Amino acid sequence: MTQTRYYRTRSPEPEKEKTGGGGGTAMRVIVPLQGVVQGRGGLVLGSIIPCALFYFLQFYLKRNRDDPDDKNESNSTGQNPTTRSPSSEHLTELPGLTRSLSRALLSPRNSGPVSISARVSGIVKGGDSPYYMGLKRVKEDPYDELDNPNGVIQLGLAENKLSLDLVKDWLAENAREAILGNGKELSISGIAPYQPFDGLMEFKVVTSGCLVRIELLGDSDWTSNNKITLGARGCLRVAIDHGQWFMVSDNNAMVLNLGLIVEYRYSTGFMSQVMENAVSFNPSQIVLTAGATPAIEILSFCLADAGNAFLVPTPYYPGFDRDVKWRTGVEIIHVPCRSADNFHLSIAALDRSFNQAKKRGLKVRGVMISNPSNPVGNLLNRETLYSLLDFAREKNIHIISNEILAGSTHGNEEFVSMAEIVDQEDTDRKRVHIVYGLSKDLSLPGFRVGVIYTFNEDVLAAARKLSRFSATSAPTQRLLISMLSDTKFVRTFITTNWERLQRMYVQLVAGLEKMGIKSIKSSGGFYCWADMSGFISSYSEKGEVELWDKLLNIGKVNVTPGSCCHCIEPGWFRFCFATLTEKDIPVVMERIQKVLKPVN
Amino acid sequence: MAIEIEQPRVGLSKVAVSKTHGEDSPYFAGWKAYDENPYHETSNQSGVIQMGLAENQVSFDLLEKYLEEHSEASSWGKGAPGFRENALFQDYHGLKSFRQAMASFMEQIRGGRAKFDPDRIVLTAGATAANELLTFILADPGDALLIPTPYYPGFDRDLRWRTGVNIVPIHCDSSNNFQITPEAMEAAYQSADSMNLKVRGILITNPSNPLGATIQRSALEQILDFAVNKNIHLVSDEIYSGSTFSSSEFISIAEILETRGYKDAERVHIVYSLSKDLGLPGFRVGTIYSYNDQVVTTARRMSSFTLISSQTQHLLACMLSNKEFSENYIKTNRERLSKRYDMIIKGLKKAGIECLKGNAGLFCWMNLSPLLEKPTRESELALWKVILNEVKLNISPGSSCHCSEPGWFRVCFANMSEQTLEIALERIHKFMEQRKRN
Repeated sequence: MTQTRYYRTRSPEPEKEKTGGGGGTAMRVIVPLQGVVQGRGGLVLGSIIPCALFYFLQFYLKRNRDDPDDKNESNSTGQNPTTRSPSSEHLTELPGLTRSLSRALLSPRNSGPVSISARVSGIVKGGDSPYYMGLKRVKEDPYDELDNPNGVIQLGLAENKLSLDLVKDWLAENAREAILGNGKELSISGIAPYQPFDGLMEFKVVTSGCLVRIELLGDSDWTSNNKITLGARGCLRVAIDHGQWFMVSDNNAMVLNLGLIVEYRYSTGFMSQVMENAVSFNPSQIVLTAGATPAIEILSFCLADAGNAFLVPTPYYPGFDRDVKWRTGVEIIHVPCRSADNFHLSIAALDRSFNQAKKRGLKVRGVMISNPSNPVGNLLNRETLYSLLDFAREKNIHIISNEILAGSTHGNEEFVSMAEIVDQEDTDRKRVHIVYGLSKDLSLPGFRVGVIYTFNEDVLAAARKLSRFSATSAPTQRLLISMLSDTKFVRTFITTNWERLQRMYVQLVAGLEKMGIKSIKSSGGFYCWADMSGFISSYSEKGEVELWDKLLNIGKVNVTPGSCCHCIEPGWFRFCFATLTEKDIPVVMERIQKVLKPVN
Repeated sequence: MAIEIEQPRVGLSKVAVSKTHGEDSPYFAGWKAYDENPYHETSNQSGVIQMGLAENQVSFDLLEKYLEEHSEASSWGKGAPGFRENALFQDYHGLKSFRQAMASFMEQIRGGRAKFDPDRIVLTAGATAANELLTFILADPGDALLIPTPYYPGFDRDLRWRTGVNIVPIHCDSSNNFQITPEAMEAAYQSADSMNLKVRGILITNPSNPLGATIQRSALEQILDFAVNKNIHLVSDEIYSGSTFSSSEFISIAEILETRGYKDAERVHIVYSLSKDLGLPGFRVGTIYSYNDQVVTTARRMSSFTLISSQTQHLLACMLSNKEFSENYIKTNRERLSKRYDMIIKGLKKAGIECLKGNAGLFCWMNLSPLLEKPTRESELALWKVILNEVKLNISPGSSCHCSEPGWFRVCFANMSEQTLEIALERIHKFMEQRKRN
């Protein structure tokens, strides 16, 4: 619990790490003592004594602090539960993570100011982790080549500005008509009244399904009795009535009353397109949410009770601690990935974490993966995905696959969606849930469009009802329906975006390499995951944060230190490159060079 | 050899399988009946008329006219500045221009008698989310909120489902026109106490949904005093404030605080939305206005789960900051709602039905208790079924609003054309005639 707070050196040895924090006190003490009896005293001295000292030091410090809640809020949200101190006293500091905290601690009746709930009181003081502090600094003093050349350059935000011009041009041409229709069909009554909270069906279709789109071109000699039959994907045949718009996906067809018919053409949903048509999605399995953040939270609410846990490979996106844990009371168990494996997920590590959780008495309800990964930018290969599914089957748990970067790949490596893996394996479909969104792949985080795609009908039903708490605005949906059904635009966007991401990535990696900074090979996302452990003053989180501080304050570049992503090895940093222009790269390199003094 | 061992089903959470969402109640069943057979002026004249949906369509033409004349709102234009910021904008503070426009719109609705600071406005995707978010912030699982009955049926879901918080009703009845009294509040508080529930706040809707009436100044004073005495929060849901028929008849809790020099303000939180007053539920725009810094900060962070699209914020910022539009809209909308209300009240009176005297909202609170066989919930629901299936009107039974007196119904009148409303009134008239004859 307090380890990161005091910058304890993160041990590269996983076993020691686990012994260090202590989860169930009894467990931790008894096991090494058996070691003594069996004559393995060295192990005991090597592990239990430092740990015990550290443990009591925490206790001492805690007792003697004035404000126990003061500094740890942001750090503790990022705590690895497996290394939490056994002191139950510490638990009360967790900001809103444990749902059933004792209320007696707060708000004595009729005295003092009126209090807020225990589950959220901690979060009020949060926000001082390097991740959030860096973002704040950029906001206050953003770099601009002309207006503010001494400002901070943003490399800490997973945002893609590289292809925004394409979206902008499209909107300038089409936005108004897209929202309001051409004055005849939709107008205000298509956006103002209540719409289904889980999203307009047309929207789901353009996002996911194969689409048969039919438009009226001039006069038509169709009568209401005319019917045509179309074969979709060579297998499905569907009759189309006059005046209706049909959506076709592999196993269903849906009808919408939306204008007249003359021309038809096939098109594939955006999700399928970014996944290069390897998968087809069924629009009726989609729930729309106001961004991926609520999508992840809704799945957490649906799949786990307060006090249950998800396994999440580290390093992971710093926001998960908020999205998964805050209001749900669900816990995250870290599954450490290491540089030795190029930060790829290993099933063995997954299994170890699962067993640790079990020992702590935590019920594991699922695994949550990000593919492509944020912050590393690597992809999970087909083999790993199959093993993951086997693992989930064996433990009878869920898989949440966060694929919001599926369309933001830039290498030649193949992206494989979890949906493709379960396509053939009907029996396990019910445990697989996919999160998607348009924030990353269409560069529109401001539009708040997230997607839950699930094969589980019960989750679908619950998520649909829950979507009322985070619904997407109808005018925005209308606008995106138009945009995504413009196949020419979508095709151009996807290709151009791929090329631009690739170009920036190559330049950034080359620049870093020149300074002796190596990075993990990335094929997806806007990230370069770089090893700067050779430049930190001590091989610890402290050394890492010190370097981060120098980069921010001396070099004026904001990057994300690995500790914010719970990376188990110190010295790794995330560089986001899609907010830069090519002209910025030499400036960034110069600034980093200024800060780096190799440690011998 | 191969023995098939059936895989145990992968389990879901209590939230996912619970029935706390309450969507199996008559309130929602009526909607289903409507969805299956919706009335249409030309294509389905014998269909069910939806009078269970509090939606405001009486001023759509004003919105349409604005959007036609102001293309800058719905598009960014060629090379217009601000697109970049807009598309990427996901700051949970919300667009400053939009918060300013919201604050000033809220002031306009209150006739300038209360001031709102844009920095205290927290944006959410609808009032539903705003109410849930406040509940998360003010109460822990197992705690209780006091709510005067009858109340909006959706509260059972919005305030309880994911938060694990309980609702304890403050019973109000027709003897004093359903006014909230100190005695009733105290009784509810004691009842929560006897169940060992810790009361964290009181939530009122002003103007009231489903009563369609505003809360009087003296009652508001008493409610605030009660909250102070018990050291609990007061949430004032004012989403119908702009739908009061006359501006002077609505008094916001903000005005009470103003007269008290903002003493005790830190326990007061106002919920507002554009769904009702502006008739834009499809836009999903709600807001929390809190006088408590801690609540503002926390709510803002939590609003990450329920942000409003920047495109929509931009559109509405343009629309609401146009004073000419907003002033005319508020005035015209009030007049039209008032006219509708008179129309339905007169129509019902002609049929021999009395309603609670209302002055706000998109509905009236209709008294059919003389028609009940017995003064029970069962009789009320039996009558409701007859009205749904035979008279073909979907109205909301008082019991779904936890009304303690059977025989009351909420009837919405702003989600249809005047012609449709006339047909609905005709149907009721016929039904009443028939009953008299039998």
